[in-house]
Amino acid sequence: MRPYIGIFKTQFKQGIQYRTAAIAGIATQFFFGWVFIAIFSAFYGDQTAVNGFTKAQMTTYIWLQQAFLAFIMLWYRDNSLLEMIRTGHVAYELCRPLNIYAHWYARIFSQRLSSGLLRCVPILLLTALFPFGFGLSLPETPISAMLFVISLLLGLMINTAISMFVYISVFVTLSPAGSLLIFGIVGEFFSGGTLPIPLMPMTLQRVVAFLPFAYTADFPFRVYSGNIGTAEALAGIGIQLLWLVLLPFIGNRLMNGTLKKLVIQGG
Amino acid sequence: MKLLWRYTVYHFRSQLEYRVSFWLTTLGQFLVPFVSFAGMALLFRQFGTLEQWTLSDVALLYGVTQLAFAFNELFIRGFDSFSSLVVSGEFDRLLVRPRNMVLQVLGSKQDFTRFGRLVQSTIVFVWAIANASFQWTFLKGVCLALMVFGGMGIFAALFMGFATLSFWTIKGLEVVNLFTDGGREMAQYPLTIYPKAIQRFFTFAVPFFVVNALPLFFLTDVPGYEAAIYAFVPLIGFLALVPAYFIWNYGVRHYQSTGS
Repeated sequence: MRPYIGIFKTQFKQGIQYRTAAIAGIATQFFFGWVFIAIFSAFYGDQTAVNGFTKAQMTTYIWLQQAFLAFIMLWYRDNSLLEMIRTGHVAYELCRPLNIYAHWYARIFSQRLSSGLLRCVPILLLTALFPFGFGLSLPETPISAMLFVISLLLGLMINTAISMFVYISVFVTLSPAGSLLIFGIVGEFFSGGTLPIPLMPMTLQRVVAFLPFAYTADFPFRVYSGNIGTAEALAGIGIQLLWLVLLPFIGNRLMNGTLKKLVIQGG
Repeated sequence: MKLLWRYTVYHFRSQLEYRVSFWLTTLGQFLVPFVSFAGMALLFRQFGTLEQWTLSDVALLYGVTQLAFAFNELFIRGFDSFSSLVVSGEFDRLLVRPRNMVLQVLGSKQDFTRFGRLVQSTIVFVWAIANASFQWTFLKGVCLALMVFGGMGIFAALFMGFATLSFWTIKGLEVVNLFTDGGREMAQYPLTIYPKAIQRFFTFAVPFFVVNALPLFFLTDVPGYEAAIYAFVPLIGFLALVPAYFIWNYGVRHYQSTGS
């Protein structure tokens, strides 16, 4: 476990160095959050709730999405890892006495965590001050706040496990653009990035419940706003843990399988 | 023209080298706008209407915006990634060649995977035309065509204008995406749903309004907007290219190389 914690520490420290990039990102996230809220609010019109999802919950949902974008987005990528695969330098990685799946998992996890933590604070603080009806509401209860933090972190871990499949696929395709895009779109839609999942038709919501994507973003955000109650939230966390066993297991198997057939690029 | 075609062929061949990724990316480029349209359709299913607009009205705007954007992504891509030419000093090489500068920048990069977006937006566009909530007339057809052309003009002007910025900033600015990607996301819906301040900004600073809400009023026969003049309002979008071209020329004249 020690080396993985070391990887976590260095990547985390590296991640929080890029403050200017974070500021530019934050400006973009404010803008898009605000556009989405304007669109959805226009659809709500005079209605205050749809499918039990209130306008205030919707607003909070969107701001949380923007604040924790680095936790959610599947198209976020580690260019140096991808470059290593393309150029063949990955051979050095394979020589290390570490499990490569766990090594990369730790790496991506810490990058996302540092980038997310850096960006979420200003967005959360500022949007909480926005005038009523347009800003972030406080968590429903102290318990939902606590469950939110737990489910958000578990969600990030699931998301990292899903991202690993992208990197595994690059061993086959060599160029990351395609698989990143496909994973990114599918993931975004099914995690509520296009429209919040409570606004989807019921049949579609039932499909979404069987996929891991909603448990990375949609679920924690709804726990926060109280759209998902305590009992249901605990059950959801159980499902999150289930995915957390399943996805890395498959990922690890798949990676080892790919590596056996791997031809290293370059000389 | 022949030169541009040569550039095109080379880009196409080089991109086909990574075959699996090429097709996956094209599929992805089809899916990106598809998913965003699916989201729009699902919202209309849930809520019925958006203010006074129906799905087919808004789909028309979606088609106009996406078509205009897709066209730019296909052919004006060189301006989008222009800052990389400046950073690497590659731009110096273009300067010494005895060919038109704009043409060379256009040829510096082309991305065929963006074809996916073009196909998808055409499908939605045709669907929206066939299912329009109003009667088509000849003048309305003209108006719609002008909306697409005007939109192309605005996006092209934005890409070109921001490319010029990188003469001074050297590195590309992420904030620029607010206008291009952000403008695209916003203009898929009638701009009237946004707060007044934003409407004004997108009328006078970046004239999306003239290819969006204003002609839509004309198309859907909103009282007070029946005059034929509104059919030609989208032409203003094309005028945006004029200042962009002058700014670009000014930038080229004041260019200082990054060296090496």
